[in-house]
Amino acid sequence: MKQYIIKRLLMLIPVLLGASILAFSLIHLAPGDPARTIAGEHASAQTIERIQIKYGLDKPLITQYWIWLKQALQGDFGRSIVSNEYVSKEILSRFPNTLELTLFSMFIAITVGVLAGIVSASRQYSLLDYGFMGVALFGVSMPVFWLGIMLMMVFGVFLRWLPISGRIDIMIPFTRITGLYLLDSIITGNWAAFISSLRHLILPSLALGTIPMATIARVTRSSMLEVLKQDFIRTERAKGLPERLVIYKHAVRNALIPVVTVIGLNFGLLLSGAILTETVFSWPGVGRYVVNAVQMRDYPAVQGCVLFFAFIFVVVNLITDIIYIYIDPRIKYQ
Amino acid sequence: MRAKRLSIVLLVSLLVLGITTLGLAQEKILVFGNSGDVARLDPADVTDGESISRMDNIFEGLVEYEAGSTEIKPCLAESWDISEDGKEIVFHLRKGVKFHDGTDFNADAVVFSFERQYNPEHPYHQYGEWSYWGYMFSDIDRVEKIDDYTVKLVLSEPNASIMTSLAMFTACIVSPANAEKYKEDAFRHPCGTGPFKFVEWVKDDHITLEANENYWRERPKIDKLIFRVIPDPSARLLALEVGEIHGMEYPNPADFDRIKANPDLVLMSEPGMNIGYMAMNTGYGYVDANKNGVKDPDEPLEKTPGYFEPLTKKKVRQAINMAIDKEAIVRDIYMGTASVAKNGMPPFMLGYNDEIEDYPYDPEKAKELLAEAGYPDGFEVTLHVMPVSRPYMFDPPKIGEAIQSYLAAVGIKVNFYQVDWATYLQETEAGMHQMCLLGWTGDNGDPDNFLNVLYGLNACSIGTAGNYAFYTNEENQELLTKALRTYDVEKRAEYYKKAQELIHEDAGWVFLAHSNQNMVFRKNVEGFVLHPTSRMFFYPVDIK
Repeated sequence: MKQYIIKRLLMLIPVLLGASILAFSLIHLAPGDPARTIAGEHASAQTIERIQIKYGLDKPLITQYWIWLKQALQGDFGRSIVSNEYVSKEILSRFPNTLELTLFSMFIAITVGVLAGIVSASRQYSLLDYGFMGVALFGVSMPVFWLGIMLMMVFGVFLRWLPISGRIDIMIPFTRITGLYLLDSIITGNWAAFISSLRHLILPSLALGTIPMATIARVTRSSMLEVLKQDFIRTERAKGLPERLVIYKHAVRNALIPVVTVIGLNFGLLLSGAILTETVFSWPGVGRYVVNAVQMRDYPAVQGCVLFFAFIFVVVNLITDIIYIYIDPRIKYQ
Repeated sequence: MRAKRLSIVLLVSLLVLGITTLGLAQEKILVFGNSGDVARLDPADVTDGESISRMDNIFEGLVEYEAGSTEIKPCLAESWDISEDGKEIVFHLRKGVKFHDGTDFNADAVVFSFERQYNPEHPYHQYGEWSYWGYMFSDIDRVEKIDDYTVKLVLSEPNASIMTSLAMFTACIVSPANAEKYKEDAFRHPCGTGPFKFVEWVKDDHITLEANENYWRERPKIDKLIFRVIPDPSARLLALEVGEIHGMEYPNPADFDRIKANPDLVLMSEPGMNIGYMAMNTGYGYVDANKNGVKDPDEPLEKTPGYFEPLTKKKVRQAINMAIDKEAIVRDIYMGTASVAKNGMPPFMLGYNDEIEDYPYDPEKAKELLAEAGYPDGFEVTLHVMPVSRPYMFDPPKIGEAIQSYLAAVGIKVNFYQVDWATYLQETEAGMHQMCLLGWTGDNGDPDNFLNVLYGLNACSIGTAGNYAFYTNEENQELLTKALRTYDVEKRAEYYKKAQELIHEDAGWVFLAHSNQNMVFRKNVEGFVLHPTSRMFFYPVDIK
């Protein structure tokens, strides 16, 4: 097991290297000059040239990559051309926002999605089944942008129950420690901040969680249906086990593998930033950051983000694979 | 089980009702909704509107604008004298002013703020890009301290626009002690003399400023000024409607009716200092080999990559001007939030030539002109269409489509060309376009900042052009240069009026519109004045 994890972590190296080469070539292939974008529309040629030299943009591509790689290996991902700030700092200051939003929306998505899937499967072709799966179909096909605005209109404007933008009520004094607002407010015992940030989390999490929720519900249902047809379920029913136990104790666990796979994939996706949700709800996460970086041709920032996302993806996949073992003891990694 | 349920109900209702009035109620806090975050917080090192709007409330320059106009009045300098030859300006500085860090404002601070920008040997030069210096202030040779409260600005050439330029953010005075303390990170810790002090910056979320209690004028009326980033315009308006913010920039024109119908909101609109146009590549530019921004005699004219025979003919360009119904474009696409342009700069500026008669919308006459120019059956041409919305052009693709159909009516087939914004600028500056949509927002409010940078021969440098029609008229450039060297306002205006006649006659551009700048505030916010440069000064603002 330990060996397996080490092996998987070692595999990170070629993955990250490949991702960085790919990101580097793609962003440099895209036309547009970062020196231009920071110097502004009105800058003189001399200024632009000076900036190009300062950031090494005048050197051949391979040299640029080599310089970047050498620094990256020492843990220095360079400074953003736009903000002049360390890229690692830029990403890490925004990542907790994305992480908190992801955790919360996946919490909603998993609870509701798995439950709805189980109920649908155990009462196949019932009204409840049709209802849940209809909603799920609706959820998968709904544009997040539209859903976000609708949630804001209903809960923020008409009912005035929840705030519509931002991370926390900015009038509330708040100390950032980890950057996870819920956690920070618990650590500092700041209950006003806890409630405010929780309230700010609800709408964006709903908007973001809807698609994974729907996917999870559908996958859970079909996986459950398959399991429910198997012999051991018939045996259990035959020996008179209550249906509740059959389903929740024996069937669910066997049906979970594909569900965990879907959850893992969605986790990785959401952690690399949910651009639309972050934009509609003014959420200062990494998704918005990387899009801005691409638009400004902020090479070091884009490079840093791609590496970071690749890393997250691999780690999340690894965790998913490890979770398999706990769900299904038959699975063993050599 | 019961208790658990009860506590869940309690928690949910607490969440729903929320605890809203926790902040100190007596504090006056103004929250403004911006469309994006700032890049940096050093006034001499910013180029985008977002960063500038924060600078305007933290920093001040030697001079400042009158409210709502581009006229200049004293600020950190109480008065100034201009020498006979126009090459030296002596500023007498205000005494008793302190920076937010408590240090004194004096001649050393002025010299520091300027010298770090133009002198590559200066120890703080390495910490910024100083983009605007080379562009707006290159005529400043040096800045000298005469005594603690007197500084002298030495120009290499007389420059009549320098006083307005000094009101720009770039020329704001920063605290040398603060710069020394933070070195390369000073851009994160802005420290000026302005009405508000910097408190915190949470990236992509908000920037908080607080009233400067030791301000040399009366203390601001609001206690805190918070700039919040809400990128989506619909979300921004919703936040304003429910009172999460007190004011916002860039409302969607489509929402104007909704805003006007809301008794709690006030829509402010003023003519903006901008021009949106379609430029027609007249064919020739020069390569600015020595990068001095001037076409020297040893830099000959050469064909631009986008050279296209028909557009080199004046009659064709005039015909295109007559084929497009600008009134309709302003009415239907700008949705009335702009005025029709006939010259290349907005009407409120010095030297605007109101006697020029615009090309009328006359497709018949346009066809005649095309026939006279040798194109009775028209031709096929490519139009670069901007991929982004800019203050001077909200919806470039729609404007492109309108132009396409107007020109089709006179026999010219227009093909669209679209590419991302950074590339768009690069290609058009290199003269690769045949026709392109673009525009300009003024920097300092001086006519030189429109006419010389957009329509002068010097701006026809292939690769770094500002003159996208590549209009290479030497007489025009002479007039513009003379105007820049003349401090006499009347004479300057004359030169500019003459230049506009030439620009009109040669018709390198179809000037479309000057769009309004719009902001929305809640009704209880008073005292905000829209500035022609779109800068945002919150000092006079109060919340009732």
